[in-house]
Amino acid sequence: MADVKMHILVCGGTGCMSSQSDKIVDSFHRCLKEQGLEEEVKVLTTGCFGFCEQGPIVKVAPDNTFYVKVTPEDAEEIVAEHVIKGRKVERLLFVDPETAEHVADSKHMEFYKKQMRVALRNCGFIDPENLGEYVARDGYLALAQVLESMTPQEVVDTVKKSGLRGRGGGGFPTGLKWEFASKYQDDQKYVICNADEGDPGAFMDRSILEGDPHSVVEAMAICGYAIGASKGMVYIRAEYPLAVSRLRKAIEDAREAGLLGDNILGSGFSFDIELRYGAGAFVCGEETALIRSLEGERGEPTSKPPFPAEKGFWGKPSNVNNVETFANIPVIFLKGADWFASIGTEKSKGTKVFALAGKVNNVGLVEVPMGTTLREVVFDIGGGIRGGKKFKAVQTGGPSGGCLTEKHLDTPIDFDNLIAAGSMMGSGGMIVLDEDNCMPSVAKFYLGFTVEESCGKCTPCRVGNKRMYELLDKITSGRGTEADLKLLRDLAATIKDTSLCGLGQTAPNPVLSTLDNFRDEYEAHVKERRCPSGSCKKLISFEILADKCKGCTLCARVCPAGAISGKVREPHVIDPEKCVKCGACKDACKFGAIIKK
Amino acid sequence: MAKIGSLEELRKLKDQVRNATELREKGHDIEKLIQVKVSMATCGIASGARETLADFMRLTREKGIENVVFTQTGCMGYCHSEPTVEVTKPGEEPVVFGNVKGERVREIVEKYILKGELVADIIPSAYRTINE
Amino acid sequence: MQQMINLNIDGKYVKVPKGSTILEAARKLGIDIPTLCHLNLEGTPMVNQAASCRICVVEVKGRRNLAPACATPVAEGMEVHTHTIRVLHARRMVLELLLSDHPKDCLSCAKSGNCELQDLAERFCFRENRFEGPDFSQSHYVKDVSPALIRDMDKCIMCRRCETMCNTVQTVGALSGIKRGFDAVVAPAFEMPLEESVCTFCGQCAAVCPTGALVERDYSWDVIEALADPDKVVVVQTAPAVRAALGEEFGFEPGTLVTGRMAAALRALGFDYVFDTDFAADLTIMEEGSEFLDRLTRHLQGDESVRLPILTSCCPAWVKFFEHQYPDMLDVPSTAKSPQQMFGAIAKSYFAEQLGVPREKLVVVSVMPCLAKKYEAGREEFSVDGNRDVDISITTRELGHLIKRANIDFANLADEDFDRPLGESTGAAVIFGATGGVIEAAVRSAAEWATGKPLESVDFTALRGLEGCRSAKVPVGDLTLHIGIAHGLGNARKLLDSIRKGEVEPFHAIEIMACPGGCIGGGGQPYHHGDMGIIKKRAEAIYREDADKPIRKSHENPYIKKLYEEYLGKPLGEKSHHLLHTHYFKRHKI
Repeated sequence: MADVKMHILVCGGTGCMSSQSDKIVDSFHRCLKEQGLEEEVKVLTTGCFGFCEQGPIVKVAPDNTFYVKVTPEDAEEIVAEHVIKGRKVERLLFVDPETAEHVADSKHMEFYKKQMRVALRNCGFIDPENLGEYVARDGYLALAQVLESMTPQEVVDTVKKSGLRGRGGGGFPTGLKWEFASKYQDDQKYVICNADEGDPGAFMDRSILEGDPHSVVEAMAICGYAIGASKGMVYIRAEYPLAVSRLRKAIEDAREAGLLGDNILGSGFSFDIELRYGAGAFVCGEETALIRSLEGERGEPTSKPPFPAEKGFWGKPSNVNNVETFANIPVIFLKGADWFASIGTEKSKGTKVFALAGKVNNVGLVEVPMGTTLREVVFDIGGGIRGGKKFKAVQTGGPSGGCLTEKHLDTPIDFDNLIAAGSMMGSGGMIVLDEDNCMPSVAKFYLGFTVEESCGKCTPCRVGNKRMYELLDKITSGRGTEADLKLLRDLAATIKDTSLCGLGQTAPNPVLSTLDNFRDEYEAHVKERRCPSGSCKKLISFEILADKCKGCTLCARVCPAGAISGKVREPHVIDPEKCVKCGACKDACKFGAIIKK
Repeated sequence: MAKIGSLEELRKLKDQVRNATELREKGHDIEKLIQVKVSMATCGIASGARETLADFMRLTREKGIENVVFTQTGCMGYCHSEPTVEVTKPGEEPVVFGNVKGERVREIVEKYILKGELVADIIPSAYRTINE
Repeated sequence: MQQMINLNIDGKYVKVPKGSTILEAARKLGIDIPTLCHLNLEGTPMVNQAASCRICVVEVKGRRNLAPACATPVAEGMEVHTHTIRVLHARRMVLELLLSDHPKDCLSCAKSGNCELQDLAERFCFRENRFEGPDFSQSHYVKDVSPALIRDMDKCIMCRRCETMCNTVQTVGALSGIKRGFDAVVAPAFEMPLEESVCTFCGQCAAVCPTGALVERDYSWDVIEALADPDKVVVVQTAPAVRAALGEEFGFEPGTLVTGRMAAALRALGFDYVFDTDFAADLTIMEEGSEFLDRLTRHLQGDESVRLPILTSCCPAWVKFFEHQYPDMLDVPSTAKSPQQMFGAIAKSYFAEQLGVPREKLVVVSVMPCLAKKYEAGREEFSVDGNRDVDISITTRELGHLIKRANIDFANLADEDFDRPLGESTGAAVIFGATGGVIEAAVRSAAEWATGKPLESVDFTALRGLEGCRSAKVPVGDLTLHIGIAHGLGNARKLLDSIRKGEVEPFHAIEIMACPGGCIGGGGQPYHHGDMGIIKKRAEAIYREDADKPIRKSHENPYIKKLYEEYLGKPLGEKSHHLLHTHYFKRHKI
């Protein structure tokens, strides 16, 4: 067997597949066979190159030539010219819109890639348990430079200038938060890292702590220097054992290397970090509740003001930031506030990590510059909707956020645009929904989560969310009335307006945004007792079409409830009283005789 | 690790580690090393990354491949294709493979590491880094 | 000088000290923002600022959401609106939500008429609820019935007043928030019954509970049945603090003394003998005062085995508190029983013998300002062969209800006197009802015994007042007594801990009462609804009654002298020891 000399990589991402990339593969195989090169040149489909609008993409290795907008017919020319003669096919190369030049090497097209890794810069590159590997990638250099040449005020100013906003959900300007904490004088101040990530389906912070714990340790020390704190606390979920152990090792290693502890790098600045474990209560991600929990009390929020910057942990000035926010800090000092501020939109700088999930082909952790559109995230990075179904909505911000629809697909993602669209950034959960998702049920799902996770302290959140859940349950089970829709909206408005903490204040968002964007679905449920997406069990029924049924008995055999009866070779019937609406019969029927109504 | 006393010392350390001191200490010529990085965040481990790493070590040993080092790393972001493994052959671009478990490990060792032949499920790097 | 803040509420300007809340500023303007969870018992640590009910929300210009007036500090130039449509809408909805999760059994609720939630419903013309809410006929929570308190968590609105009281003020730590979300309630650890918890039954939780979630266990029907039983001789004793507060149940101004009317009403109710716990209070001074003097004398003689300071032991909540919290100090408090129990012991021995009836035929009812007395009466060591010294203990509130139920026109009753012999008392006994009173009474007697000379003045005003933790030096002959006083169990803890750490000059004697203000602020008194002024007025009434008494020193009570002559012998004697002294038990800490 001859050695493989060349690889032709054809993008198998959904975008390219829909542009016939499978035919391109066939075409290459055929051409190579004709030339007798099938042993020397291998054709492979790969994952998405993230460059979908120029697809289908073909990459030739080892010279890394990058062809764009390739058709099946182009295969012949690529084989004849590039493979055999070693001459690149000019006309298929990417044209740089700025220089109008052909770009052959994929290395030069980085700028056109959708994702940009800033907070995740080291995740997946370094061994998180090896301090040396972190240092090799400029680790602790930011801290060292800060300690050697900057005043605390300059540090605060740099963070302010970068435009960094809190990545935990609220989007409060981080520099301003640091400034507040720096202004209050006390014998002890605290830097607190909120690692109590709790949105369903979100794992950005866990990934950072597992992949790059030192970046958080370094950032906390920088923050400590800026605000005048010598102690740091990390409030981390006990359900993240790997993150806990890697972070603990990072702290120990940093301490051993003199990067934590007394007189760091000979600067006279001392800082150390302690770990505290959370038991997984969602509300403890709220900073005042987190502080209560840190103190060993029941995790319940308290009224603000006073803000933690004034009276935080043990009543001392404290600054709370989340993991992703901290992970951005060292870069701001390494690359400069201006560099950071050059990424993103006018009021939202830098990048945002999202946990992309739901009905999308490429679920995963993605980091994109602020201002990237939802369409780019869902279709280019996420590879579009699974099973070729129709896109319906994207849920962002978890239980505090809302649903964005088709009309928001081209909205640049940033803090303010998401709020204007009735959702929010949240900590970065992004769940894609398709035509099979019932929106009142989606709202009910999130409400169910909030009802579970409410601490129960204030009336609107404790009782209001429960009542809201009950109304949604009524609607999705076909008992709702139009008056309920009004009550639902009124109740949602009150909960938003009167709840004590962010959890309650944002809990109605999934309801309000679906009411706004999918009013017709709610109305179908209450006026017509119909679930348009066919997912509310109490509102659907299954029926066997007598003219199509062959009497094969398969449906009756798969029915778990014994609801289907009929003689062999005669049309069967479903007893609606017994039917549990599982849909097993419909899936099993080979003749399309069973329909869902 | 010894205490780092100043910015200068940190810089020095950085240069040392950049030259991959630790690898050299293992007695290999850095230029000829094959690096295999296994994504070992919770999601990777849950999908079998530990077994994948063990399989790699066993297979390379069986094949007598000595110039290979294994490291763990954090999440690469490809939840849809865990476990993910990045293989860097000397002088070549790193290649990330997805869904690497069971027979796929053997395939990568036998075809890619030994013969340079790429195999399916390559995940192209589709993002910019802070240095671009 | 205190910094002042200017703000505008509903178009009116007001200037208040920095740190004030919007609620305080509004009250200064006469704007009555409704509240529910908020409670500030001024002068005590009882400040509940949970801001959890959200009834007091107001609109603050420039703020995104509504602000709780009770917990939002004022800011310069703030513009507040307390009754915009947005506020009214929110307030109505919040009230509707609260009521949707509250049983609709006002007719049979112990708190009816005194319920702050009911008041709000009435104030906001609550007529219908748009939310279905659960069916409360099947209770969600098992009622926790203890000898003194009943916890009905269906009625809990999570205001957290009880929790603040139990943890912050009393430092008992029996109650705290448990579970989450809709299921969240306030309960003892692991939801154990109160009776098995560290609860002292001080009843302060019930005193501040806005609804019927925490109420006393009502024994008034047992009293009615005992009175109707022709085979029983029913005697009643009334604690000093009751007479200073009972009038409030009948619309009298707080601080009105109704001693004579009370005696008349009790007689009208059908009690065979209307006696006074004050008699037993005088007796307590005889025993406790003698014990104090004995310990002090031995101490001065150099006996190092003597435990000083002596701690008073009249308050059953305090007794249970130190049994749980200071089990290593069980030999420090006086061994004297409380007046309630001394009365019971004497009634069922001395008095029963006088009447010639067996103790089983005698029913002793006590009227107390207190819930812990219900528990104390049931302590095993206070019964003989299963027959309790005090059979039934009811509160001031329960007595009010008994009187109303018996068709007695309390306001127009003519004053009557207590019966003899157990109804005679001195001014020293009356002041047991207020903080500092027991120790003042003890000093009055001990000083005369120690010096052998009559006092020039019996008013030891240094021992009076409402400061939570206080101390005073009282000259007695050549000696200066160092006296400590604490009311509220948190203050007691503070004082004991500072003694342990040696932070304070050693005390000779310390009086401790569990409730704010002493017994006049007891958990069984008419509800004060957070008005500390009411408690102050009750204290004034107590000292007025003392001043008006012909005899003001316990040892001069003629019937007390007679009791010793005829029956007991001498204080700390064998019979006294048997009948009037007790011992304490080590109890678990959580």
